[in-house]
Amino acid sequence: MKILVCISNVPDTTTKITFNSNNTEFNQSGVQFILNPYDELALSRAIELTEGGNGSVTVVNVGMADTEPTIRKALAIGADDAIRVNATPLNSFFVASQIAAIAKEGNYDLILTGRESIDYNGAQTGAMLAEMLDIPSISIIKKLDVSGNTATVAREIEGGKEMITVDFPFLATVAEGVAEPKIPNMRGIMSARTKPLQVVEPIAVASLSNITSFEMPAARSAVKLIATDNVSALIDALHSEAKVI
Amino acid sequence: MNVLVYLENIEGKFKKSTYEVVSYAAAIAKQTGGTLTAVSIGNVAESTLAEIGKYGATKILTIQQDNLNSFVNQAYASLIAKAANSVNATVVVLSNTFTGKGLAPRVAVKLNAGLVDGALELPTFDGTNMTVKRGAFSGKAFANVNLTSAIKVITLSPNAYQINDLGTSASIEAFSETANANDFKTIVKEIIRASDKISLPEAELVVSGGRGLKGPENWAMIEELASLLGAATGCSKPVSDSGWRPHEEHVGQTGIAVAPNLYIAIGISGAIQHLAGVSSSKVIVVINKDPEAPFFKVADYGIVGDAFEVVPQLIEAVKALKAQA
Ligand SMILES: Cc1cc2nc3c(=O)[nH]c(=O)nc-3n(C[C@H](O)[C@H](O)[C@H](O)COP(=O)(O)OP(=O)(O)OC[C@H]3O[C@@H](n4cnc5c(N)ncnc54)[C@H](O)[C@@H]3O)c2cc1C
Ligand SMILES: Nc1ncnc2c1ncn2[C@@H]1O[C@H](COP(=O)(O)O)[C@@H](O)[C@H]1O
Repeated sequence: MKILVCISNVPDTTTKITFNSNNTEFNQSGVQFILNPYDELALSRAIELTEGGNGSVTVVNVGMADTEPTIRKALAIGADDAIRVNATPLNSFFVASQIAAIAKEGNYDLILTGRESIDYNGAQTGAMLAEMLDIPSISIIKKLDVSGNTATVAREIEGGKEMITVDFPFLATVAEGVAEPKIPNMRGIMSARTKPLQVVEPIAVASLSNITSFEMPAARSAVKLIATDNVSALIDALHSEAKVI
Repeated sequence: MNVLVYLENIEGKFKKSTYEVVSYAAAIAKQTGGTLTAVSIGNVAESTLAEIGKYGATKILTIQQDNLNSFVNQAYASLIAKAANSVNATVVVLSNTFTGKGLAPRVAVKLNAGLVDGALELPTFDGTNMTVKRGAFSGKAFANVNLTSAIKVITLSPNAYQINDLGTSASIEAFSETANANDFKTIVKEIIRASDKISLPEAELVVSGGRGLKGPENWAMIEELASLLGAATGCSKPVSDSGWRPHEEHVGQTGIAVAPNLYIAIGISGAIQHLAGVSSSKVIVVINKDPEAPFFKVADYGIVGDAFEVVPQLIEAVKALKAQA
């Protein structure tokens, strides 16, 4: 089983988001970057599925050289090798186009992405990539089991889940529940330094969209505190003042 | 611009988010001087389809084939793209539901279109390009995205746009296109739905509990309050990680982002990752015994107190309100 896991490099979840003075760019100074949490789950499941010599896991990232610590982390967790497309990830369409070019060469049985990246949250890359490769995709899965060439996945739907079977090759975008994140061990960290990391140059891609500006949410007015001996006043306020119940 | 809207159904019924997206698409058609066509895939009764006319669609294309009664991403995407081409639509709008998230990127690639996922407002339109506002950084900020491609695909966040009954009506036509045999590679074996539960991503009201509730056995009062209000239940990440509650209730940056009219947080501290998923809520209520809990900083109403004393009183107060009504 050959698995390709797409990984993105995102600001740590505790990051306070700020922008430059004209709100056109995310301010990266002092920001700690991590492996996107959903990609970490996808990678962890891929490693479980290939345990015992049952295949290989390649990770791919579209990013400049500053993403290499995140790629090495993925190798330390247990990926066998890595590919970095040497470009700034402009948007999901750009990223999917780059990865499609890589995947066409690689003959992967299974391609995994996260359900979304926690920075720009396009939630687009996975299904776009599948469309470019003309393979089936299942978005937002909570469970992934493989038997021979057939997988059984649970897709999240409003208020429940859908159990789906699909043969290789296919793509899935991974959400919580698929795996527990694997923590790199000492041996993993040591071997990560010497595992192959191939750098390839990007292909040209037409631009379909661009972010023109960012905004911060409007500040909320100060909290109205309600005393514990007058709890029903809260329900009254929600009913008559806020009119939400 | 001509607009095509996809009508997502669940077992033949349209949900609130479907009416919202039709109203939204109708407003875009009006804004850009085009007409609105809707497309429905799967078994939906004619009377249910006809309802959509009220919200501004002038024509409804319906595709009913046995092999389309359960969701097949690739086949649905190719039919939506074909429908868009057949009415010369330059804007295609879908709901940003779990299903819409799977479909829209495929539709966009087929149409060589730029895509905005999770629009929060009507676009601004300059005669050629559209700029659409959506969430970014997991609810910590917003991004304005400019779509410069000839065809534009937009998915609308649930609860972000008002349903408008315009009193209009639509013609219904069978759309005869079929999907490629190659597009049916995923097979739905079973659908498991907790039918009595309100789905969290679309809920108008949410009652959510955190680690302050001490253990799963204490969720009965949360569920009672939620059911009295007609609310969905949510929780913080450590609560679902500990198995007290199912994963699909986990709210936040790495869980579900919600945008209800009312979010009641009980025994949740308000960590930045949790707040990321709730910041689009219209009204936030926080119940926490610690007056320093960060959640109070973003709350509209708060009670500093012990959940085990406050929640039973809230339940009584809601019952009293209902008795009055
Ligand atoms: C990568 C990453 C991603 C994360 N993503 C998410 C996410 O998506 N969603 C999320 O929720 N968290 C997320 N977290 C975790 C987050 O950082 C917090 O740890 C978590 O939100 C805390 O949950 P909590 O508020 O339930 O628990 P705690 O922080 O333990 O807070 C419990 C609260 O209950 C109050 N309390 C205690 N007893 C009572 C009582 N009797 N009555 C009333 N109040 C009481 C306490 O004062 C306290 O404020 C993430 C963390 C990481 C590292
Ligand atoms: N720059 C990138 N390089 C590789 N994979 C990426 C990149 N950006 C996004 N992805 C993958 O696509 C998923 C969804 O990202 P997005 O469409 O940005 O929300 C992520 O979880 C990753 O698996």
